[in-house]
Amino acid sequence: MKIHKYDTVIVGAGGAGMRAAIEATKRSRTAVLTKLYPTRSHTGAAQGGMAAALANVEEDNWEWHTFDTIKGGDYLVDQDAAEILAKEAIDAVLDLEKMGLPFGRTPKGEIDQRRFGGHSRNHGEAPVRRACYSGDRTGHMILQTLYQNCIKEGVEFFNEFYVLDQLLVEVDGVKKSAGVVAYELATGEIHIFQAKAVVYASGGTGKFFKVTSNAHTLTGDGQAACYRRGLPLEDMEFFQFHPTGIWRMGILLTEGARGEGGILRNKDGERFMEKYAPVMKDLASRDVVSRSIYTEIREGRGCGPEGDHVYLDLTHLPPEQLDAKLPDITEFARTYLGIEPYTDPIPIQPTAHYAMGGIPTNVEGEVLADNTTVVPGLYAAGEVACVSVHGANRLGTNSLLDINVFGKRAGVAAAEYSAKNDFVELPENAEELVVSQVERLRDASGNERVAELRKELQETMDANVMVFRTEQTIKTAVEKIAELRERYLNVSIQDKGRRFNTDLLEAIELGNLLDLAEVMAQSALARKESRGGHYREDFPNRDDVNFMRHTMAYREVGDDGTESIRLDYKPVVQTRYQPMERKY
Amino acid sequence: MATPTLDKEDAKPEAGFADSPYITVTFRIRRFNPEVSADATWEDFQVEIDPKERVLDALHKIKWDMDGSLTFRRSCAHGICGSDAMRINGRNRLACKTLIKDINPSKPISVEPIKGLTVLKDLVVDMDPFFQAYRDVMPFLVTTGNEPTRERLQSPEDRERFDDTTKCILCAACTSSCPVFWNDGQYFGPAAIVNAHRFIFDSRDEAGEQRLEILNDKDGVWRCRTTFNCTDACPRGIEVTKAIQEVKRALITRRF
Repeated sequence: MKIHKYDTVIVGAGGAGMRAAIEATKRSRTAVLTKLYPTRSHTGAAQGGMAAALANVEEDNWEWHTFDTIKGGDYLVDQDAAEILAKEAIDAVLDLEKMGLPFGRTPKGEIDQRRFGGHSRNHGEAPVRRACYSGDRTGHMILQTLYQNCIKEGVEFFNEFYVLDQLLVEVDGVKKSAGVVAYELATGEIHIFQAKAVVYASGGTGKFFKVTSNAHTLTGDGQAACYRRGLPLEDMEFFQFHPTGIWRMGILLTEGARGEGGILRNKDGERFMEKYAPVMKDLASRDVVSRSIYTEIREGRGCGPEGDHVYLDLTHLPPEQLDAKLPDITEFARTYLGIEPYTDPIPIQPTAHYAMGGIPTNVEGEVLADNTTVVPGLYAAGEVACVSVHGANRLGTNSLLDINVFGKRAGVAAAEYSAKNDFVELPENAEELVVSQVERLRDASGNERVAELRKELQETMDANVMVFRTEQTIKTAVEKIAELRERYLNVSIQDKGRRFNTDLLEAIELGNLLDLAEVMAQSALARKESRGGHYREDFPNRDDVNFMRHTMAYREVGDDGTESIRLDYKPVVQTRYQPMERKY
Repeated sequence: MATPTLDKEDAKPEAGFADSPYITVTFRIRRFNPEVSADATWEDFQVEIDPKERVLDALHKIKWDMDGSLTFRRSCAHGICGSDAMRINGRNRLACKTLIKDINPSKPISVEPIKGLTVLKDLVVDMDPFFQAYRDVMPFLVTTGNEPTRERLQSPEDRERFDDTTKCILCAACTSSCPVFWNDGQYFGPAAIVNAHRFIFDSRDEAGEQRLEILNDKDGVWRCRTTFNCTDACPRGIEVTKAIQEVKRALITRRF
């Protein structure tokens, strides 16, 4: 075991982590711990754009962007945070441009902008061109540009270091962060990183679904590490299903395809979104479009022999436009489906895409231990966090924005905190939990297999807590997850070695997914209303009287060691916008 | 991830998903685990799989159902993250972008780690020298003078000039397909040069001369023998050899 000491430790090297690292490295001695090499993060899979009211191509302003974000989130958004997001978006884009990001350009040489779902002119009048982009690989360019600037700033990376535990120590009655415990994949060695400030930027949890746009590695590791130490998780029932995943595979096809003029069609060739969203049509918010697609499928208007998908039609767009603006996604269709998008429509279905919920933070990125108490020295940003700027449904292009705005804020705040504060003494046997977890799995001889349990988890999540939910389906999921958690105790792995033991890693990741799936299902069961990405067929309306509030889920351990989830609630911050019925 | 479902027998197959029963494919995988043995060996696995699936899906089937110790890197599974470059049937490819049906599954399919980098375990290689070469070419925008308040302007034509080389995902398929790199690990390799190109030809950048001098080194661009292996290997379709030629030309003419 090794002990390292850094002022600031950042967990994760995707967009939020590297944006934070650029700031933190300038101000403090910083280490980035990442389970993947930095440019492998799923930020790179983001395609369509990053929203900012630059008004380069038409009239726009940040107040409209704020409104769209709040409306898009079905009024569960904390409005003070949304205002910061929209205001600081402009500098966030300009910062990236100055760092070298090759944005698409207008004929005048300014940053070009395109339309995207839910982004509108003057509070919903018509779609507005707000998304700054780089072809259909905006996330890739953001990730590369941030990594390049990390090199420029001399950021110190620990690659393939997997953070498994968050160290919290009570000092004078206040729970403070003392550092993290990490597992080095190459050697199997355990490392303790003592740090004055820790920033989680470790991404989402999408891998508990089967059909998902998420990478294999998105297993909620940061959320699970904090949750197990008694910190709450906020709004975990809200998960976004992106309307256009490649049929059966879930690979993302950007909303930018519809921003460029692509149309969703059912088996009769009908542009069905006209029925559900007369103004925004195919560019309504993602929850609305995903539900519309499944409504078409359920009512027998789905495509294909099993009627289980619809089409994304790009055939009316000029091939030159597809080549220039959507080269990657058209290639995906060719590679994985053998389809030529110039001439044939692409079969799509909604795909599990983004966790709106996560580790609760305030607008400085400080993690909350309850509705109001900050955990000194602990920060989170990006998909792992819940600020909440996305509320019940995130708008497209607002996540690339979120990682830049709140990644920067968390990086600055963490480094300023480490400049002013001392190290918290490490707890005795700080590595204990991780050592026992790793040794238990390595020595286990049970008869359950990781892959089988994961498959059953993903199947029950897809079947029961996806786009449409009812009390009955959620309860089915809750029971199944409880069974899987029980069986997980009997899981064993085949690779008993220390070197690059990805078998062990997958077992740990499955444990994280099971914990978080349980939180999600329980939070969803308790929310007896429909809002944004959480749609209850037994409670189809939004209920502002009873549920205009964030869910806060805590892990409780009884005296006899039994675990349970306690749900509490937190008020939504409302500043200038009164909740209205959401129409697109 | 792709979980194959067979079309119903009487169903009309759709474009891209023609009827195709599972077939048995032999995967011949290069195994190496220094904890067990100092020698690398070949091991065969028989996998029942839909040939429209990816090589990565087959590797997962092996790892998840047959031998959990099989070790490889992967993340996004659709050709964006650059984790799973490997040598498949003797050619560098991404396992997640290679469909089994496209590489003649009637014969055994060989899978080995990429060449020229130290193998650590099975298909996992030490990527540090690769990233070091990347860092050495100053892969970041360098400018002087006052920053503008708003964005720097760049015409669509100037932006287009380096578009191809911005696609790089640092998977190392090109560099580890280069015979010069195999023989001499000191050579920067195609990926580093591609990323130098991305900045040299960016109208906003002011360090082109410095990067050219770095690449004028004895281990720089002049080592390239124009074999086009790199261009063939690139999973992003970057014209790698052309980019290297453009850097060579810029070194001679000092115009870029």
